[in-house]
Amino acid sequence: MINLRDKGADLWEGWNRPKRITFVFALLVVISLLPFAGNFSFSSFLNTPSASYQDVLVYPIGMFILMALGLNIVVGKSGLLDLGYVAFFAIGAYTDAILTTKTHLNTWQVMPIGIALAMLSGVLLGLPTLRLRGDYLAIVTLGFGEIVRIVILNSSITGGTNGVASIPNPPSVLGQKLDLNHSVNFFWIVLVMILLVIWMIRRFTVRRPGRAWEAIRQDEDVAILMGVPILRYKIWSFSIGAAIGGAAGVIFAAKVLVIAPDMFTFNVSVLILSCVVFGGMGNIWGVVFGATMLAYVPQRIRFITNARELVFGLVLIIVMNLRPDGILPRKKREKLSARKEKSA
Amino acid sequence: MNFSVVGGQFWSLMLSGLMLGLIYVLISLGYTMVYGVLRLINFANSEIFMVATFAAVWAETGLFHHPITSQPLHGFKLFYTFVATLIICMLASGLTAVVVEVVAYRRLRARGTNRLASLISAIGASIVLSESARILSHSRPQQSPRLLEKTSLGEFGGANLRVDTILVVVSALLLFFAVDRFVNKTRLGKALRAVSMSEENSKLMGINLNRVISIAFLIGGLLTGAAAFFFMTEYESTKYNVGFNLGLAAFTAAVLGGIGNLRGALYGGIALGLVEEFAAAVIGSQWKSVTVFVILVLVLLVKPNGLFGEAIQQSRV
Repeated sequence: MINLRDKGADLWEGWNRPKRITFVFALLVVISLLPFAGNFSFSSFLNTPSASYQDVLVYPIGMFILMALGLNIVVGKSGLLDLGYVAFFAIGAYTDAILTTKTHLNTWQVMPIGIALAMLSGVLLGLPTLRLRGDYLAIVTLGFGEIVRIVILNSSITGGTNGVASIPNPPSVLGQKLDLNHSVNFFWIVLVMILLVIWMIRRFTVRRPGRAWEAIRQDEDVAILMGVPILRYKIWSFSIGAAIGGAAGVIFAAKVLVIAPDMFTFNVSVLILSCVVFGGMGNIWGVVFGATMLAYVPQRIRFITNARELVFGLVLIIVMNLRPDGILPRKKREKLSARKEKSA
Repeated sequence: MNFSVVGGQFWSLMLSGLMLGLIYVLISLGYTMVYGVLRLINFANSEIFMVATFAAVWAETGLFHHPITSQPLHGFKLFYTFVATLIICMLASGLTAVVVEVVAYRRLRARGTNRLASLISAIGASIVLSESARILSHSRPQQSPRLLEKTSLGEFGGANLRVDTILVVVSALLLFFAVDRFVNKTRLGKALRAVSMSEENSKLMGINLNRVISIAFLIGGLLTGAAAFFFMTEYESTKYNVGFNLGLAAFTAAVLGGIGNLRGALYGGIALGLVEEFAAAVIGSQWKSVTVFVILVLVLLVKPNGLFGEAIQQSRV
């Protein structure tokens, strides 16, 4: 089967620096103009039945990409199966909701707090549980996700089942208003966050943590023998993933203005994990593609309202059976190193 | 926190915990059988349970024309409706489990790909099952009629010994020991254990891998179906998402006891049932799953392979 990821990588490697810069720049321009693509009559099919295309770009697409990129560090890069990723998203969202409604802090001031809290919970969860392997980790993280939801559901500060309402909009950035009528600006904020995360992941991948994660994913025992402090790097991977989830949560709360516990169910964790595996684990472009597809398609096919989720399930089965490594699989690294060895 | 409840209701909590625990045991055997041979969490098991609860409602109201409003049955009619419904539930979920294996797992296994792909395709299968049930039942809860009159057989230390509770406890234990004997004494059981120890070597020994794996799914499904029937006898209501919480609890039970280990599932399930009932009485029912997970984490910290799990290399069923 053709591997689009490798095709793209070969093309990229064949280019010189100015060519690459031009390409990235052009791509960025195209992406940042995406919100306007739904404005013309011939492209109005982009608008989903329930929300305008611009809203859909922010939530779910942008949020899903952000969270899937964060989860990709945990699942795709370091091979740790996390089934409770929604917990970090919920922590971020509720931090923003509570702090902006109860104190004078605004969204941007809450952002570092939300990220820090999500990271902290990642470390606290990781310290005892990351010693466990595989499926045990999966069930413990799943349990953590449920615990966070139940605690939110049953405490008074989070508003219980009613959730938190009338969360203030974030203050303007560079004179651009961020409210219900300006989803485009939200899209650009999310885009900047996504780009930052991609940049961060790319830096990590080529440096020591990335190599440690790769070693842990491929063979934990060998990694230990090679002197990789696996617990430390697993916790790093976990808490960085958590931080990204928390950041996504803060933005999410500021965008939707009302949050409730039933937005943070296990299904969200499953959906994000599906994005990662569907697109191609460990590969940034695969994950972005997977998240876009799985966020957009269910919205678009809302007209078959009742069978929407059913179709989603069928798509998961079919795609996983046809392309078990995802649509854009990761292979490049292994092949590339093999090629280098041959030439050396 | 209300510890006085424990003193007053100790035996009744013990009894209800035991019953709930045994339902968990049967479901967690569904997870454990599959995990034993494939080293995979069968994510669709909770939906297999849900299918069987719907099968129970259908069999009782549709097949045996026993509407919800009717009186409980007596005598021979009670016996055959009861047994036939149990068998229908078991067959429904057993078949569903085998179909899930063929559709979601077999092709991926043949290609020897990563485990996460199988996990996602199992999640896909579970979404398909629960959504089909949701659409067919219009998201409405389904009530099952009361077959067996819930008469009391007497009291024990303040606990009301109801006939249905006793029946569930006894038949669940019987089923468990039947499976235990099957796995440990029969030829097929030996094949199951061999596959769980080493797929490669059992293939070399001439074991038909696909057949053994299908059988593991079938047995797991049958037991899950029995659990669904007992659940319906006891709680009499189901919904398209009924499997989620029960499946989660059952999987926790399997992990608590040491997943892939039959006896572990028994002890883990009973322990979990008791903990849930007592936690619900002492701390409040909304916190019971939190208690369960906190206990799970603590157990895994001390014994990373579960209470009765062996070392990872020494595989088991």
